[in-house]
Amino acid sequence: MGNGSTRQQLQMKAAQKKYQELSKKYVPAPRYTLNAFKAFMVGGLICTFGQFLQWMYAQYFGFTEKTASNPTVATLIFISILLTGLGVYDKIGQWAGAGTAVPVTGFANSISSAAIEHRSEGFVLGVGGNMFKLAGSVIVFGVVAAFLAALIKTIIQMIIGGGT
Amino acid sequence: MSQRKRLNRQTWQFTRDIRILSSAVAVGPREGKGPLAKDFDKIYPDLYCGQPTWEKAERQLLEDAVKQALKKGNRLADEVDVILAGDLLNQTITSNFAMGQLQIPFLGMFGACSTSMETLSVAAALVDSQYAHYTMAACSSHNATAERQFRYPTEYGAQKPDSAQWTVTGAGAALVGTGTGMKGPRITHATIGKVIDMGIKNPFELGPAMAPAAADTLSTHFLDTGRKPEDYDLIVTGDLAKVGYQILIDLMKDLDYDIAPVYNDCGIMIYGEDQNVFSGGSGCASSAVVTYSHIVKGILSGKWKRVLVCATGALFSPVSYQQGESIPCIAHAVALENAEGKERS
Repeated sequence: MGNGSTRQQLQMKAAQKKYQELSKKYVPAPRYTLNAFKAFMVGGLICTFGQFLQWMYAQYFGFTEKTASNPTVATLIFISILLTGLGVYDKIGQWAGAGTAVPVTGFANSISSAAIEHRSEGFVLGVGGNMFKLAGSVIVFGVVAAFLAALIKTIIQMIIGGGT
Repeated sequence: MSQRKRLNRQTWQFTRDIRILSSAVAVGPREGKGPLAKDFDKIYPDLYCGQPTWEKAERQLLEDAVKQALKKGNRLADEVDVILAGDLLNQTITSNFAMGQLQIPFLGMFGACSTSMETLSVAAALVDSQYAHYTMAACSSHNATAERQFRYPTEYGAQKPDSAQWTVTGAGAALVGTGTGMKGPRITHATIGKVIDMGIKNPFELGPAMAPAAADTLSTHFLDTGRKPEDYDLIVTGDLAKVGYQILIDLMKDLDYDIAPVYNDCGIMIYGEDQNVFSGGSGCASSAVVTYSHIVKGILSGKWKRVLVCATGALFSPVSYQQGESIPCIAHAVALENAEGKERS
């Protein structure tokens, strides 16, 4: 009784597998080298610009080298959100890939783009409820990763008795 | 005339003189800059279409298309017995809200991007079986509403692969009735597709996911009608785009049908090479906008005598693909021909 359907299911599975293999040949392969190069250049450029901002804040605005990172990040976030609002950040992101996604600018873009997108659903349920739709998982897993890293560090220190 | 209406399990033959009496389309800015722009009835310069939200903009497009099709067909909304409409949004809200404005008896349908031919085939069947004098088939999609529902916020800077597609912003509507004293492409056959799932899971590979469904429906259509690809001057699929286009040609070749000489895809036709739409267009509006403007005009002008429109749909939801399910697909085909064209016996 079940034999027929099992055979059919097996045949279907085989056909599906064959087709998935076949379709891979038609899908254009991602241009890994070009994408990596673009990401390196743009990401590097953003970080260099950040470095310049930090130097500027320390040099001319009375920050120390350590405290200058706060206005630096704020400035990058501001520029990123402004470009998102003007509708150009997504176009840069399509070109630069991970180059604009990885630094703090990508984080700002994910939050502001979600806020803009859901503005039509109101401030509370729309903006408030959806702002961290994409950034939320970054925060969750960032905190979890930081906790695990700290845990490992503590355990190692307890074993080898390092630290103070 | 004792022609059969049911040719086979999946194929209907419309025995009366059923025609697209008039049709109209409204589109967004990118489509308006494409190679088919001169065939469109209304082009909006921005995605908002004069509305405060994108959802309302999509409704505006659908209402425009329906109203314009009625106007071109010299009919009032009161004369249409039933309208069949659908879109991509949850609970098909575009159609539901637009039909609230138009007050035409309404059957909502969902076939993802195959909705255009799903609605047209049922609209033709209702007239052929004389449950209605006039029916309408309509559908819509909007780039920004689809992005929000199926992908990321529109301004989010994620990189999309080359196999991704660009959802067409637009709506198309067709007025269907009997041909007495009227001119318009005749609707002769409809082939209703089955859900085909070949296990493709990546929502950025909709062309490869949908191509087997198109191949299934097209080959069924040829078997049921006894026709061959060369019996058509043009065969189009809805939105397989460049990647799916090539796969379908090869899948059909495996089945011994050479469609390449007459085959095109609405998702490729609607945009120019320089318009940065990745693999091509997608969405309900892809097939609806191209069929109800460019193809209808081409049939009326005699450029094509007989056209087969095979609208393809990916029947997945954001929840289903996040849960790791593959993408079930479907395709429905409708055969159109020039009013003067003689029916092959």
